Amino acid sequence: MSALEVLRFAVRGLTANKMRSVLTTLGILIGVAAVILLVAVGEGTSRSITQNIQRLGANTLTVMQSFSGGGGGGGGGFFAGGGAAQQQGGAGPRTQAKELTIEDARALTDASAAPSVKSVSPVVSASSQAATYEGASHSIAQLVGTYPSYFEASNKPVAKGSYFYNDDVTAARKIIVIGQTVADDLFGSVDPIGKQVTITGVPFTVVGVLKPAGSSGFQDADDIAVAPLPAVQQSLTGYGPLGQIIVQAKSATAVDAAQSEITQILDQRHGITATSTADYRILNQAQLQETVSAAIGTFTVLLGAVAAISLLVGGIGITNIMLVTVTERTREIGIRKAIGAPRGAILGQFLAEATMLSLIGGLLGVAIGFIGSRFTIAGVQPVIVPTSIALALGVSVAIGLFFGSYPANRAAKLRPIEALRHE
Amino acid sequence: MNPRDVPEGREAPVLEVREVSKIYGTGDAQVHALRGVSLTVERGDYVAIMGASGSGKSTLMNIVGCLDVPTSGTYLVDGTDVGALGDRQLAVLRNRKIGFVFQSFNLIPRMSALANVELPLAYGGLGAAARRKRALAALGQVGLGDRIHHDPNELSGGQQQRVAVARALVTAPSLLLADEPTGNLDTTSTADVLRILDRLSSSGRTIVLITHEDDVATHAKRVIRLVDGRIVEDHRKAPVDGPPPRFAVVAP
Repeated sequence: MSALEVLRFAVRGLTANKMRSVLTTLGILIGVAAVILLVAVGEGTSRSITQNIQRLGANTLTVMQSFSGGGGGGGGGFFAGGGAAQQQGGAGPRTQAKELTIEDARALTDASAAPSVKSVSPVVSASSQAATYEGASHSIAQLVGTYPSYFEASNKPVAKGSYFYNDDVTAARKIIVIGQTVADDLFGSVDPIGKQVTITGVPFTVVGVLKPAGSSGFQDADDIAVAPLPAVQQSLTGYGPLGQIIVQAKSATAVDAAQSEITQILDQRHGITATSTADYRILNQAQLQETVSAAIGTFTVLLGAVAAISLLVGGIGITNIMLVTVTERTREIGIRKAIGAPRGAILGQFLAEATMLSLIGGLLGVAIGFIGSRFTIAGVQPVIVPTSIALALGVSVAIGLFFGSYPANRAAKLRPIEALRHE
Repeated sequence: MNPRDVPEGREAPVLEVREVSKIYGTGDAQVHALRGVSLTVERGDYVAIMGASGSGKSTLMNIVGCLDVPTSGTYLVDGTDVGALGDRQLAVLRNRKIGFVFQSFNLIPRMSALANVELPLAYGGLGAAARRKRALAALGQVGLGDRIHHDPNELSGGQQQRVAVARALVTAPSLLLADEPTGNLDTTSTADVLRILDRLSSSGRTIVLITHEDDVATHAKRVIRLVDGRIVEDHRKAPVDGPPPRFAVVAP
């Protein structure tokens, strides 16, 4: 009795009751497709969030004012939610809160006290600034006044034109680099470089356009304009405290070291002791990413678990159908045994039937998963994880073997006379 | 006609049943289906086992066909003690040594006549080409060479039973067992099947047949009567080596 022969018997058995086979296959199909799709959605979410975080800049730390013990305040609008914010120091009586100043930023550039720091960019920002150009007007969501190092630290390369330089900062020149959205709204098809825009009455010359970063879901990252710090302070925000200080570490591994150096310097400058609450907080990009990744990972596992349950249910469906099949075909099994079918042949036939059901369901499920992942699901572009395919297919075959083995064994163990008498 | 049957172990009887008894149920509900039956069937014999229903003839047949196991006693097929065989060897024995014809045909549905006849050969591990050749020959022998691609439900009862006979003899078994093979057939089909059995017997095949019809029993060379699980009569009507008694009458 060759394996091919066993397979042929199995195919014949399955096609004898097509509707039932199709429905059973459907159970596995849905399970496998669900595993692949849901894991892909989880992975897609994770990727898009990671991308959004990376868009904020690599190896950077953001120092911002902390007004209260809790999180929340003082953000420049860069970070959604303060979940990953690092609250410095413990709870306790706090000294008079000091604001972040340009001197703080300058202190952080001290190479001996902060060897891990590559660049420091003090930032002031103003939101919803009305800009006009020859009758066209646009409300810039975020106007940033900073140093040239900001472009690298916050991962905002210029696509057209140029950055501004340290000279421009020193001279407080009114020049500006605008985001793609601002350029589109104000200039349309006109080349904005060299043109003058008026922002709340103050003229700025456009020197560059930022490379489009894309929407990060709830906020347009391209609706931004960047100008030299003193120019913005002079004309728009006044010489108040800094909104934040963006610090770029020398490398990804130096981020944590940089954070502790910053903490030390600022603690000293702001008179923070072990028992008092810090009046600033540091957002660590890497930690933020880790935290979010961990959360997304849990989310993906949850999705996968739900899908796995449906796969399991599909497997139970196979057992059920195979049990029915065995019962229904008891007589046939008796005949086969009476004419000399060895136990292995009967076992093989029913196992092959069960495995075929689950394998076909699994393959179709993979196909559906593939097709489904081409569509955007709930605003997320799913990303197929190859291991999830292998796992889902493997599990579906294993389910066929495992859940099929009980009915198959029962069929193979039947005594011929009992099987023949079955009606 | 089939040389395989003749030379192999002429001294050992095809079938030897020694003091076999079978008890169904336990305690008060015990039923003694067989009470110590001993029986020897020589090669080439054509034995009819007769008895009223409940006499134990079907039980005997099932034990002889290795479908059931006796409560006590031993039986040998071609000199092999069946009780000592494992599951696997038993399957091989059923496949090679015994051909079974049932009252209710027991063909596998949704499989053509040819596939049904090929099935024992497939379980025997024969290659596809040889299998087909032998199955076609067996179907030709029972006069169904033109019906090989029909499914069982497309065949009449008589034709189905002839397919079943072809399936039983396709492996050239030492022993052909027929459990009331004509029980579900009309007169014409009964005559067809009995003629085939007569011809097989005349060509040297060993046949054991169960029936409760005297008319069917007259075809056998030897008639055994069972009552309440015991053999009460063992009557030889024709020599083992000769042709079956009604062969000349029925044969065309």
